[in-house]
Amino acid sequence: MPLLPLNEAIATHVHDGDSVALEGFTHLIPFAAGHEVIRQQRRNLHLIRMTPDLIYDQLIGMGCAARLTFSWGGNPGVGSLHRLRDAVERQWPQPLALTEFSHAELALAYQAGASGMSCGLMPHHADTDLARLPGAALRTVRCPFTDRPLTAVPAINPDVTILHAQQIDAEGNVLIRGIVGAAREAALAARRVLVTVEERVERLGAGMNALVLPSWLISAASVVPGGAHPSYAQGYYPRDNRFYLAWDEIARDRQAFTAWMERHVLGVRDHASLLRALGVAA
Amino acid sequence: MSAPGYTPDEIMTVTAARHLSDGAVCFVGIGLPSAACNLARMTHAPRLVLIYESGTVDTRPGVLPLSIGDGELAETATSIVPLPEIFAHYLQRGRVDVGFLGAAQIDRYANLNSTVIGDYARPKVRLPGAGGASEIATYAREVLVIMKQTPRSFVPRLDFLTSAGYLDGNGARAASGSPGGGPRAVITDFGVLRPHPETEELELAALYPGISVDAARAATGWPLQVAEHIEALPPPEPADLAALRDLEARTREAHARPIRINLRN
Repeated sequence: MPLLPLNEAIATHVHDGDSVALEGFTHLIPFAAGHEVIRQQRRNLHLIRMTPDLIYDQLIGMGCAARLTFSWGGNPGVGSLHRLRDAVERQWPQPLALTEFSHAELALAYQAGASGMSCGLMPHHADTDLARLPGAALRTVRCPFTDRPLTAVPAINPDVTILHAQQIDAEGNVLIRGIVGAAREAALAARRVLVTVEERVERLGAGMNALVLPSWLISAASVVPGGAHPSYAQGYYPRDNRFYLAWDEIARDRQAFTAWMERHVLGVRDHASLLRALGVAA
Repeated sequence: MSAPGYTPDEIMTVTAARHLSDGAVCFVGIGLPSAACNLARMTHAPRLVLIYESGTVDTRPGVLPLSIGDGELAETATSIVPLPEIFAHYLQRGRVDVGFLGAAQIDRYANLNSTVIGDYARPKVRLPGAGGASEIATYAREVLVIMKQTPRSFVPRLDFLTSAGYLDGNGARAASGSPGGGPRAVITDFGVLRPHPETEELELAALYPGISVDAARAATGWPLQVAEHIEALPPPEPADLAALRDLEARTREAHARPIRINLRN
Protein backbone atom coordinates (compact mmCIF):
# COMPACT_ATOMS: atom_id res chain seq x y z
CA MET A 1 0.00 0.00 0.00
CA PRO A 2 1.90 3.08 -1.17
CA LEU A 3 1.42 6.41 0.60
CA LEU A 4 1.18 8.92 -2.27
CA PRO A 5 0.48 12.60 -2.70
CA LEU A 6 -3.24 12.88 -3.55
CA ASN A 7 -2.67 14.12 -7.11
CA GLU A 8 -0.51 11.08 -7.88
CA ALA A 9 -3.00 8.67 -6.29
CA ILE A 10 -5.85 10.06 -8.43
CA ALA A 11 -3.71 10.20 -11.60
CA THR A 12 -2.71 6.55 -11.13
CA HIS A 13 -6.04 5.02 -10.11
CA VAL A 14 -8.93 7.07 -11.55
CA HIS A 15 -9.35 6.97 -15.33
CA ASP A 16 -11.82 8.42 -17.81
CA GLY A 17 -14.88 6.18 -18.08
CA ASP A 18 -14.32 4.45 -14.70
CA SER A 19 -17.14 3.62 -12.30
CA VAL A 20 -16.20 5.47 -9.13
CA ALA A 21 -17.79 5.35 -5.67
CA LEU A 22 -16.83 8.16 -3.29
CA GLU A 23 -18.61 6.82 -0.21
CA GLY A 24 -19.20 8.09 3.32
CA PHE A 25 -22.76 8.63 4.56
CA THR A 26 -22.91 12.34 5.47
CA HIS A 27 -19.73 11.70 7.49
CA LEU A 28 -16.18 11.30 6.02
CA ILE A 29 -17.14 12.29 2.47
CA PRO A 30 -13.88 12.42 0.46
CA PHE A 31 -14.19 16.01 -0.81
CA ALA A 32 -10.45 16.56 -1.30
CA ALA A 33 -10.21 13.48 -3.52
CA GLY A 34 -13.31 14.53 -5.49
CA HIS A 35 -11.81 17.98 -6.05
CA GLU A 36 -8.60 16.39 -7.35
CA VAL A 37 -10.68 14.36 -9.84
CA ILE A 38 -12.20 17.67 -11.01
CA ARG A 39 -8.76 19.32 -11.25
CA GLN A 40 -7.50 16.45 -13.39
CA GLN A 41 -10.61 16.82 -15.59
CA ARG A 42 -11.72 13.19 -15.66
CA ARG A 43 -14.57 12.60 -18.09
CA ASN A 44 -17.46 10.13 -18.62
CA LEU A 45 -17.27 8.80 -15.08
CA HIS A 46 -20.02 6.56 -13.76
CA LEU A 47 -20.48 8.05 -10.31
CA ILE A 48 -21.93 5.80 -7.60
CA ARG A 49 -22.97 7.04 -4.17
CA MET A 50 -25.95 6.54 -1.87
CA THR A 51 -26.30 10.28 -1.24
CA PRO A 52 -24.59 12.27 -4.04
CA ASP A 53 -24.19 15.26 -1.67
CA LEU A 54 -22.30 18.43 -2.64
CA ILE A 55 -19.26 16.58 -4.00
CA TYR A 56 -21.27 14.92 -6.78
CA ASP A 57 -23.15 18.17 -7.42
CA GLN A 58 -19.68 19.62 -8.12
CA LEU A 59 -18.43 16.71 -10.24
CA ILE A 60 -21.66 16.69 -12.28
CA GLY A 61 -21.68 20.47 -12.75
CA MET A 62 -18.04 20.38 -13.90
CA GLY A 63 -18.85 17.83 -16.62
CA CYS A 64 -17.02 14.82 -15.15
CA ALA A 65 -19.98 12.41 -15.09
CA ALA A 66 -22.02 10.60 -17.74
CA ARG A 67 -23.96 8.34 -15.36
CA LEU A 68 -25.10 8.43 -11.73
CA THR A 69 -26.17 5.53 -9.54
CA PHE A 70 -27.71 6.78 -6.29
CA SER A 71 -30.51 6.47 -3.74
CA TRP A 72 -31.08 10.02 -2.38
CA GLY A 73 -29.95 13.12 -4.26
CA GLY A 74 -30.55 16.21 -2.13
CA ASN A 75 -28.66 18.71 0.01
CA PRO A 76 -29.50 17.17 3.42
CA GLY A 77 -31.79 19.40 5.47
CA VAL A 78 -31.41 22.23 2.93
CA GLY A 79 -33.10 21.24 -0.35
CA SER A 80 -32.06 20.44 -3.90
CA LEU A 81 -28.71 19.63 -5.46
CA HIS A 82 -29.11 22.28 -8.16
CA ARG A 83 -26.33 21.01 -10.44
CA LEU A 84 -27.74 17.47 -10.34
CA ARG A 85 -31.19 18.86 -11.14
CA ASP A 86 -29.87 21.01 -13.98
CA ALA A 87 -28.18 17.96 -15.53
CA VAL A 88 -31.33 15.81 -15.28
CA GLU A 89 -33.89 18.50 -16.12
CA ARG A 90 -31.97 20.49 -18.76
CA GLN A 91 -28.96 18.31 -19.67
CA TRP A 92 -26.44 20.94 -18.49
CA PRO A 93 -23.50 20.73 -18.94
CA GLN A 94 -24.29 17.33 -20.50
CA PRO A 95 -26.92 14.59 -20.16
CA LEU A 96 -26.71 12.43 -17.05
CA ALA A 97 -28.10 8.87 -17.15
CA LEU A 98 -29.62 7.77 -13.83
CA THR A 99 -29.79 4.40 -12.11
CA GLU A 100 -31.86 4.82 -9.03
CA PHE A 101 -32.37 2.63 -5.95
CA SER A 102 -33.71 2.98 -2.43
CA HIS A 103 -31.15 3.14 0.40
CA ALA A 104 -31.74 -0.47 1.45
CA GLU A 105 -31.37 -1.68 -2.15
CA LEU A 106 -28.15 0.23 -2.82
CA ALA A 107 -26.62 -0.84 0.51
CA LEU A 108 -27.52 -4.41 -0.45
CA ALA A 109 -25.98 -3.96 -3.93
CA TYR A 110 -22.66 -2.95 -2.32
CA GLN A 111 -22.91 -5.84 0.13
CA ALA A 112 -23.50 -8.29 -2.73
CA GLY A 113 -20.54 -6.83 -4.60
CA ALA A 114 -18.38 -7.14 -1.49
CA SER A 115 -19.46 -10.79 -1.07
CA GLY A 116 -18.72 -11.95 -4.60
CA MET A 117 -22.45 -12.38 -5.27
CA SER A 118 -24.06 -11.39 -8.58
CA CYS A 119 -27.05 -10.02 -6.69
CA GLY A 120 -28.45 -9.41 -3.23
CA LEU A 121 -31.89 -10.56 -2.10
CA MET A 122 -34.53 -8.90 0.02
CA PRO A 123 -38.22 -9.59 0.61
CA HIS A 124 -40.50 -8.45 -2.19
CA HIS A 125 -43.68 -6.54 -1.36
CA ALA A 126 -45.66 -3.93 -3.24
CA ASP A 127 -43.98 -2.72 -6.41
CA THR A 128 -43.25 0.97 -6.46
CA ASP A 129 -42.73 2.84 -9.74
CA LEU A 130 -38.96 2.45 -9.29
CA ALA A 131 -39.34 -1.24 -10.09
CA ARG A 132 -41.40 -0.41 -13.18
CA LEU A 133 -39.01 1.96 -14.94
CA PRO A 134 -37.83 0.88 -18.37
CA GLY A 135 -34.45 -0.77 -17.86
CA ALA A 136 -35.07 -1.06 -14.10
CA ALA A 137 -32.32 -3.07 -12.51
CA LEU A 138 -34.52 -4.95 -10.01
CA ARG A 139 -35.96 -8.41 -10.66
CA THR A 140 -38.47 -10.49 -8.75
CA VAL A 141 -37.50 -14.10 -8.09
CA ARG A 142 -38.95 -16.89 -5.91
CA CYS A 143 -37.37 -18.17 -2.73
CA PRO A 144 -36.41 -21.81 -3.45
CA PHE A 145 -37.47 -22.81 0.10
CA THR A 146 -40.68 -20.90 0.76
CA ASP A 147 -41.71 -19.87 -2.77
CA ARG A 148 -42.17 -16.32 -1.45
CA PRO A 149 -41.30 -13.47 -3.84
CA LEU A 150 -37.89 -11.86 -3.36
CA THR A 151 -36.42 -8.73 -4.90
CA ALA A 152 -33.02 -9.30 -6.52
CA VAL A 153 -30.74 -6.26 -6.61
CA PRO A 154 -27.73 -6.53 -8.96
CA ALA A 155 -24.32 -6.35 -7.28
CA ILE A 156 -22.25 -3.19 -7.62
CA ASN A 157 -18.49 -3.54 -8.09
CA PRO A 158 -16.99 -0.09 -8.68
CA ASP A 159 -13.72 0.16 -10.59
CA VAL A 160 -12.53 2.31 -7.73
CA THR A 161 -13.94 3.22 -4.31
CA ILE A 162 -12.57 6.30 -2.58
CA LEU A 163 -12.98 6.81 1.18
CA HIS A 164 -11.87 9.36 3.72
CA ALA A 165 -10.90 7.99 7.16
CA GLN A 166 -9.47 9.20 10.45
CA GLN A 167 -6.13 7.40 10.68
CA ILE A 168 -3.58 5.24 8.91
CA ASP A 169 -0.88 3.41 10.85
CA ALA A 170 2.75 2.71 9.99
CA GLU A 171 1.76 -0.52 8.22
CA GLY A 172 -0.95 1.20 6.17
CA ASN A 173 -4.03 -0.11 8.03
CA VAL A 174 -6.91 2.38 8.06
CA LEU A 175 -9.35 3.15 10.89
CA ILE A 176 -12.87 4.51 10.34
CA ARG A 177 -14.83 5.69 13.40
CA GLY A 178 -18.34 7.11 13.84
CA ILE A 179 -21.07 6.88 11.22
CA VAL A 180 -19.68 4.38 8.73
CA GLY A 181 -22.54 4.17 6.22
CA ALA A 182 -21.77 1.62 3.53
CA ALA A 183 -18.07 2.55 3.37
CA ARG A 184 -16.82 -0.91 4.28
CA GLU A 185 -19.07 -2.65 1.73
CA ALA A 186 -18.22 -0.13 -1.02
CA ALA A 187 -14.50 -0.64 -0.39
CA LEU A 188 -14.69 -4.44 -0.33
CA ALA A 189 -16.80 -4.43 -3.52
CA ALA A 190 -14.30 -2.33 -5.49
CA ARG A 191 -11.48 -3.38 -7.81
CA ARG A 192 -9.25 -0.61 -6.41
CA VAL A 193 -9.49 1.30 -3.12
CA LEU A 194 -8.13 4.79 -2.52
CA VAL A 195 -8.13 6.30 0.94
CA THR A 196 -7.43 9.78 2.24
CA VAL A 197 -6.86 10.14 6.00
CA GLU A 198 -6.73 12.89 8.59
CA GLU A 199 -3.42 11.71 10.02
CA ARG A 200 -0.73 9.07 10.07
CA VAL A 201 -0.02 7.44 13.44
CA GLU A 202 2.37 4.72 14.58
CA ARG A 203 -0.43 2.49 15.89
CA LEU A 204 -4.23 2.70 15.58
CA GLY A 205 -5.76 2.81 19.05
CA ALA A 206 -8.62 0.77 17.66
CA GLY A 207 -11.10 -1.16 19.78
CA MET A 208 -11.44 -4.88 19.15
CA ASN A 209 -14.51 -4.55 16.91
CA ALA A 210 -13.45 -1.34 15.22
CA LEU A 211 -13.80 -0.88 11.49
CA VAL A 212 -10.23 -1.30 10.22
CA LEU A 213 -9.43 -1.78 6.53
CA PRO A 214 -6.23 -3.84 6.30
CA SER A 215 -3.38 -2.30 4.31
CA TRP A 216 -3.37 -5.10 1.72
CA LEU A 217 -6.90 -4.14 0.58
CA ILE A 218 -5.85 -0.57 -0.18
CA SER A 219 -4.36 0.47 -3.53
CA ALA A 220 -3.02 3.83 -2.36
CA ALA A 221 -3.48 6.25 0.53
CA SER A 222 -2.85 9.97 1.01
CA VAL A 223 -2.66 12.05 4.16
CA VAL A 224 -5.06 15.00 3.66
CA PRO A 225 -6.01 16.82 6.87
CA GLY A 226 -9.48 18.34 6.53
CA GLY A 227 -10.07 16.11 3.49
CA ALA A 228 -13.74 15.58 4.33
CA HIS A 229 -14.64 19.28 4.64
CA PRO A 230 -17.43 20.50 4.38
CA SER A 231 -18.60 17.12 5.69
CA TYR A 232 -16.84 16.05 8.85
CA ALA A 233 -14.41 13.71 10.55
CA GLN A 234 -15.58 12.52 13.97
CA GLY A 235 -12.95 13.44 16.55
CA TYR A 236 -11.30 16.01 14.26
CA TYR A 237 -13.84 18.64 13.12
CA PRO A 238 -17.64 18.98 12.90
CA ARG A 239 -19.81 19.21 9.80
CA ASP A 240 -19.68 22.70 8.29
CA ASN A 241 -23.45 23.17 8.24
CA ARG A 242 -22.93 26.84 7.37
CA PHE A 243 -21.27 25.78 4.14
CA TYR A 244 -24.07 23.33 3.28
CA LEU A 245 -26.59 26.16 3.78
CA ALA A 246 -24.46 28.56 1.68
CA TRP A 247 -24.03 26.02 -1.15
CA ASP A 248 -27.73 26.32 -2.00
CA GLU A 249 -27.16 29.86 -3.24
CA ILE A 250 -23.81 29.15 -4.96
CA ALA A 251 -25.09 26.13 -6.91
CA ARG A 252 -28.45 27.60 -7.91
CA ASP A 253 -26.93 29.64 -10.74
CA ARG A 254 -24.65 28.20 -13.47
CA GLN A 255 -22.34 31.21 -13.57
CA ALA A 256 -22.03 31.55 -9.81
CA PHE A 257 -21.28 27.84 -9.59
CA THR A 258 -18.65 27.91 -12.33
CA ALA A 259 -16.99 30.99 -10.85
CA TRP A 260 -16.89 29.36 -7.40
CA MET A 261 -15.37 26.15 -8.77
CA GLU A 262 -12.78 28.04 -10.83
CA ARG A 263 -11.69 30.09 -7.87
CA HIS A 264 -11.85 27.46 -5.10
CA VAL A 265 -11.07 24.17 -6.85
CA LEU A 266 -9.41 24.69 -10.25
CA GLY A 267 -7.58 27.78 -9.04
CA VAL A 268 -5.93 26.22 -5.99
CA ARG A 269 -3.14 23.70 -5.75
CA ASP A 270 -4.52 21.49 -3.02
CA HIS A 271 -7.15 21.04 -0.32
CA ALA A 272 -5.21 22.96 2.32
CA SER A 273 -5.23 26.03 0.05
CA LEU A 274 -9.02 25.71 -0.32
CA LEU A 275 -9.51 25.47 3.46
CA ARG A 276 -7.33 28.55 3.95
CA ALA A 277 -9.26 30.46 1.28
CA LEU A 278 -12.54 29.53 2.99
CA GLY A 279 -11.18 30.71 6.33
CA VAL A 280 -11.76 27.41 8.11
CA ALA A 281 -8.11 26.40 8.47
CA ALA A 282 -6.65 27.03 11.91
CA MET B 1 -59.67 36.43 13.65
CA SER B 2 -56.65 37.21 15.78
CA ALA B 3 -53.33 35.45 15.21
CA PRO B 4 -53.27 32.17 17.10
CA GLY B 5 -49.88 32.68 18.80
CA TYR B 6 -48.21 29.79 17.02
CA THR B 7 -47.13 29.05 13.45
CA PRO B 8 -48.52 26.26 11.22
CA ASP B 9 -45.15 24.47 11.51
CA GLU B 10 -45.36 24.65 15.29
CA ILE B 11 -48.84 23.17 15.65
CA MET B 12 -47.95 20.46 13.08
CA THR B 13 -44.82 19.57 15.04
CA VAL B 14 -46.57 19.54 18.41
CA THR B 15 -49.48 17.48 17.02
CA ALA B 16 -47.04 15.00 15.46
CA ALA B 17 -45.11 14.74 18.75
CA ARG B 18 -48.38 13.84 20.54
CA HIS B 19 -48.76 10.86 18.20
CA LEU B 20 -45.59 9.29 19.69
CA SER B 21 -45.95 7.22 22.83
CA ASP B 22 -43.16 6.71 25.35
CA GLY B 23 -40.92 3.73 24.65
CA ALA B 24 -41.79 3.45 20.96
CA VAL B 25 -38.97 2.72 18.49
CA CYS B 26 -39.05 5.45 15.89
CA PHE B 27 -37.25 5.68 12.52
CA VAL B 28 -36.77 9.39 11.96
CA GLY B 29 -36.42 11.54 8.85
CA ILE B 30 -34.89 15.03 8.70
CA GLY B 31 -36.99 18.20 9.02
CA LEU B 32 -40.35 18.30 10.81
CA PRO B 33 -40.23 14.56 11.71
CA SER B 34 -36.90 15.07 13.48
CA ALA B 35 -38.24 18.13 15.31
CA ALA B 36 -41.41 16.26 16.37
CA CYS B 37 -39.54 13.18 17.60
CA ASN B 38 -37.07 15.18 19.65
CA LEU B 39 -39.81 17.40 21.05
CA ALA B 40 -41.67 14.25 22.17
CA ARG B 41 -38.48 12.88 23.72
CA MET B 42 -37.85 16.16 25.57
CA THR B 43 -41.45 16.38 26.87
CA HIS B 44 -43.88 13.47 27.35
CA ALA B 45 -41.86 10.55 25.92
CA PRO B 46 -38.38 10.52 27.50
CA ARG B 47 -37.81 6.86 26.60
CA LEU B 48 -38.67 7.24 22.92
CA VAL B 49 -36.02 5.34 20.94
CA LEU B 50 -34.85 7.35 17.93
CA ILE B 51 -33.10 5.66 15.02
CA TYR B 52 -31.80 7.77 12.14
CA GLU B 53 -31.04 6.03 8.85
CA SER B 54 -27.35 6.95 9.20
CA GLY B 55 -27.20 3.94 11.54
CA THR B 56 -27.34 5.90 14.81
CA VAL B 57 -29.44 3.90 17.28
CA ASP B 58 -31.12 5.33 20.39
CA THR B 59 -29.67 8.77 19.79
CA ARG B 60 -30.45 11.78 22.02
CA PRO B 61 -29.33 14.91 20.18
CA GLY B 62 -29.32 18.17 22.14
CA VAL B 63 -29.85 20.19 18.96
CA LEU B 64 -31.62 19.14 15.77
CA PRO B 65 -29.26 17.73 13.15
CA LEU B 66 -29.18 19.52 9.77
CA SER B 67 -28.36 16.25 8.00
CA ILE B 68 -29.38 12.70 8.77
CA GLY B 69 -25.82 11.98 9.93
CA ASP B 70 -24.52 14.98 11.89
CA GLY B 71 -21.83 14.24 14.51
CA GLU B 72 -24.33 15.16 17.23
CA LEU B 73 -26.31 12.00 16.38
CA ALA B 74 -23.22 9.79 16.53
CA GLU B 75 -21.93 11.26 19.80
CA THR B 76 -25.25 10.77 21.63
CA ALA B 77 -26.15 7.31 20.22
CA THR B 78 -26.09 4.06 22.17
CA SER B 79 -24.59 2.37 19.12
CA ILE B 80 -23.74 3.10 15.50
CA VAL B 81 -24.23 0.34 12.96
CA PRO B 82 -23.37 0.10 9.23
CA LEU B 83 -26.13 0.96 6.76
CA PRO B 84 -26.82 -2.55 5.44
CA GLU B 85 -27.44 -3.51 9.08
CA ILE B 86 -29.75 -0.64 10.01
CA PHE B 87 -31.97 -1.43 7.04
CA ALA B 88 -31.83 -5.24 7.20
CA HIS B 89 -31.54 -6.05 10.93
CA TYR B 90 -33.61 -3.24 12.36
CA LEU B 91 -36.14 -2.03 9.78
CA GLN B 92 -36.67 -5.07 7.52
CA ARG B 93 -36.66 -7.42 10.51
CA GLY B 94 -39.66 -5.53 11.92
CA ARG B 95 -38.05 -3.84 14.92
CA VAL B 96 -39.36 -0.35 14.17
CA ASP B 97 -42.72 0.77 15.62
CA VAL B 98 -43.12 4.14 13.93
CA GLY B 99 -41.73 5.45 10.65
CA PHE B 100 -42.00 9.16 10.03
CA LEU B 101 -42.17 10.46 6.45
CA GLY B 102 -42.73 13.58 4.40
CA ALA B 103 -43.11 13.78 0.61
CA ALA B 104 -43.74 16.16 -2.28
CA GLN B 105 -47.04 14.48 -3.25
CA ILE B 106 -49.60 12.26 -1.51
CA ASP B 107 -52.75 10.66 -2.92
CA ARG B 108 -56.04 9.68 -1.29
CA TYR B 109 -54.65 6.29 -0.23
CA ALA B 110 -51.58 7.91 1.36
CA ASN B 111 -49.17 6.70 -1.31
CA LEU B 112 -46.18 9.04 -1.52
CA ASN B 113 -44.01 10.60 -4.23
CA SER B 114 -40.55 11.94 -3.46
CA THR B 115 -38.97 11.16 -6.86
CA VAL B 116 -40.12 13.49 -9.68
CA ILE B 117 -42.77 16.04 -10.64
CA GLY B 118 -43.72 15.43 -14.26
CA ASP B 119 -42.53 12.59 -16.47
CA TYR B 120 -39.66 10.49 -15.08
CA ALA B 121 -37.58 10.68 -18.27
CA ARG B 122 -38.10 14.45 -18.70
CA PRO B 123 -39.02 15.68 -15.23
CA LYS B 124 -40.26 19.17 -14.53
CA VAL B 125 -38.70 18.89 -11.07
CA ARG B 126 -36.20 16.24 -10.11
CA LEU B 127 -36.78 15.53 -6.39
CA PRO B 128 -34.16 13.79 -4.20
CA GLY B 129 -35.63 10.30 -4.60
CA ALA B 130 -36.53 7.43 -2.31
CA GLY B 131 -33.71 7.36 0.22
CA GLY B 132 -35.00 5.05 2.93
CA ALA B 133 -38.62 6.14 2.53
CA SER B 134 -39.88 3.20 0.49
CA GLU B 135 -38.63 0.61 2.99
CA ILE B 136 -39.77 2.66 5.99
CA ALA B 137 -43.24 2.75 4.38
CA THR B 138 -43.13 -1.03 3.91
CA TYR B 139 -41.74 -2.22 7.24
CA ALA B 140 -42.54 0.21 10.06
CA ARG B 141 -45.45 -1.13 12.15
CA GLU B 142 -47.14 2.19 11.49
CA VAL B 143 -46.26 5.28 9.49
CA LEU B 144 -46.89 8.92 10.31
CA VAL B 145 -46.85 11.34 7.39
CA ILE B 146 -46.28 15.03 7.98
CA MET B 147 -46.71 17.51 5.12
CA LYS B 148 -48.38 20.81 4.25
CA GLN B 149 -51.77 20.46 2.62
CA THR B 150 -52.14 22.16 -0.78
CA PRO B 151 -53.89 21.09 -3.98
CA ARG B 152 -50.44 20.76 -5.59
CA SER B 153 -49.21 18.28 -2.97
CA PHE B 154 -52.49 16.45 -2.16
CA VAL B 155 -53.13 15.17 -5.68
CA PRO B 156 -55.67 12.90 -7.36
CA ARG B 157 -52.84 11.02 -9.07
CA LEU B 158 -49.16 10.82 -8.13
CA ASP B 159 -46.60 11.63 -10.81
CA PHE B 160 -44.53 8.77 -9.38
CA LEU B 161 -45.16 6.16 -6.66
CA THR B 162 -42.06 6.13 -4.43
CA SER B 163 -43.47 4.75 -1.17
CA ALA B 164 -46.54 2.58 -0.73
CA GLY B 165 -49.38 3.74 1.47
CA TYR B 166 -52.58 1.71 0.94
CA LEU B 167 -52.00 1.35 -2.84
CA ASP B 168 -55.54 1.22 -4.36
CA GLY B 169 -57.21 0.85 -0.95
CA ASN B 170 -59.71 -1.78 0.22
CA GLY B 171 -56.99 -4.13 1.49
CA ALA B 172 -54.62 -3.86 -1.51
CA ARG B 173 -51.66 -3.15 0.75
CA ALA B 174 -52.22 -6.19 2.98
CA ALA B 175 -52.73 -8.33 -0.15
CA SER B 176 -49.31 -7.19 -1.41
CA GLY B 177 -47.73 -8.82 1.65
CA SER B 178 -46.33 -5.56 3.06
CA PRO B 179 -45.72 -6.37 6.72
CA GLY B 180 -46.11 -2.87 8.18
CA GLY B 181 -49.52 -1.40 9.00
CA GLY B 182 -49.24 1.61 6.67
CA PRO B 183 -49.96 5.28 7.35
CA ARG B 184 -51.94 5.74 10.57
CA ALA B 185 -52.18 9.52 10.28
CA VAL B 186 -51.32 12.33 7.89
CA ILE B 187 -50.56 15.43 9.92
CA THR B 188 -50.99 18.65 7.93
CA ASP B 189 -51.18 22.37 8.60
CA PHE B 190 -55.00 22.06 8.73
CA GLY B 191 -55.39 19.05 10.97
CA VAL B 192 -55.11 15.28 10.74
CA LEU B 193 -56.30 12.87 8.03
CA ARG B 194 -56.75 9.17 8.83
CA PRO B 195 -57.52 6.18 6.63
CA HIS B 196 -61.13 4.92 6.63
CA PRO B 197 -61.09 1.48 8.32
CA GLU B 198 -62.50 -0.33 5.25
CA THR B 199 -61.84 1.70 2.10
CA GLU B 200 -58.49 2.97 3.49
CA GLU B 201 -59.18 6.30 1.78
CA LEU B 202 -57.90 9.27 3.80
CA GLU B 203 -60.62 11.26 5.52
CA LEU B 204 -60.48 14.44 7.50
CA ALA B 205 -60.47 13.31 11.13
CA ALA B 206 -59.29 16.30 13.17
CA LEU B 207 -58.94 20.06 12.79
CA TYR B 208 -56.84 22.71 14.50
CA PRO B 209 -58.57 25.61 16.28
CA GLY B 210 -60.12 28.10 13.86
CA ILE B 211 -59.78 25.86 10.76
CA SER B 212 -62.92 24.92 8.81
CA VAL B 213 -63.80 21.73 6.95
CA ASP B 214 -64.23 23.82 3.79
CA ALA B 215 -60.72 25.24 4.10
CA ALA B 216 -59.24 21.74 4.44
CA ARG B 217 -61.28 20.55 1.46
CA ALA B 218 -60.13 23.49 -0.65
CA ALA B 219 -56.52 22.57 0.11
CA THR B 220 -57.00 19.03 -1.20
CA GLY B 221 -56.72 18.04 -4.86
CA TRP B 222 -59.40 15.36 -4.62
CA PRO B 223 -62.92 15.44 -3.08
CA LEU B 224 -61.85 14.98 0.56
CA GLN B 225 -64.06 12.67 2.61
CA VAL B 226 -64.90 13.78 6.13
CA ALA B 227 -65.12 11.48 9.15
CA GLU B 228 -68.46 11.14 10.93
CA HIS B 229 -67.00 12.79 14.00
CA ILE B 230 -64.30 15.43 13.62
CA GLU B 231 -62.02 15.82 16.59
CA ALA B 232 -61.19 19.39 17.64
CA LEU B 233 -57.45 19.45 18.26
CA PRO B 234 -56.19 21.63 21.10
CA PRO B 235 -53.70 24.43 20.52
CA PRO B 236 -50.10 23.67 21.57
CA GLU B 237 -49.51 23.80 25.33
CA PRO B 238 -47.31 26.76 26.32
CA ALA B 239 -44.75 24.30 27.73
CA ASP B 240 -44.57 22.41 24.41
CA LEU B 241 -44.19 25.64 22.45
CA ALA B 242 -41.46 26.84 24.80
CA ALA B 243 -39.57 23.53 24.50
CA LEU B 244 -39.86 23.56 20.69
CA ARG B 245 -38.76 27.19 20.34
CA ASP B 246 -35.85 26.61 22.68
CA LEU B 247 -34.78 23.54 20.68
CA GLU B 248 -34.99 25.47 17.42
CA ALA B 249 -33.07 28.46 18.79
CA ARG B 250 -30.27 26.14 20.00
CA THR B 251 -30.31 24.45 16.60
CA ARG B 252 -30.04 27.71 14.61
CA GLU B 253 -27.17 28.84 16.80
CA ALA B 254 -25.35 25.51 16.37
CA HIS B 255 -25.77 25.45 12.58
CA ALA B 256 -24.43 29.01 12.24
CA ARG B 257 -21.30 28.27 14.28
CA PRO B 258 -18.08 28.62 12.27
CA ILE B 259 -15.83 25.59 12.31
CA ARG B 260 -12.03 25.39 12.52
CA ILE B 261 -9.87 22.65 11.06
CA ASN B 262 -6.38 22.11 12.37
CA LEU B 263 -4.06 21.44 9.41
CA ARG B 264 -1.32 19.35 11.02
CA ASN B 265 1.26 18.11 8.60
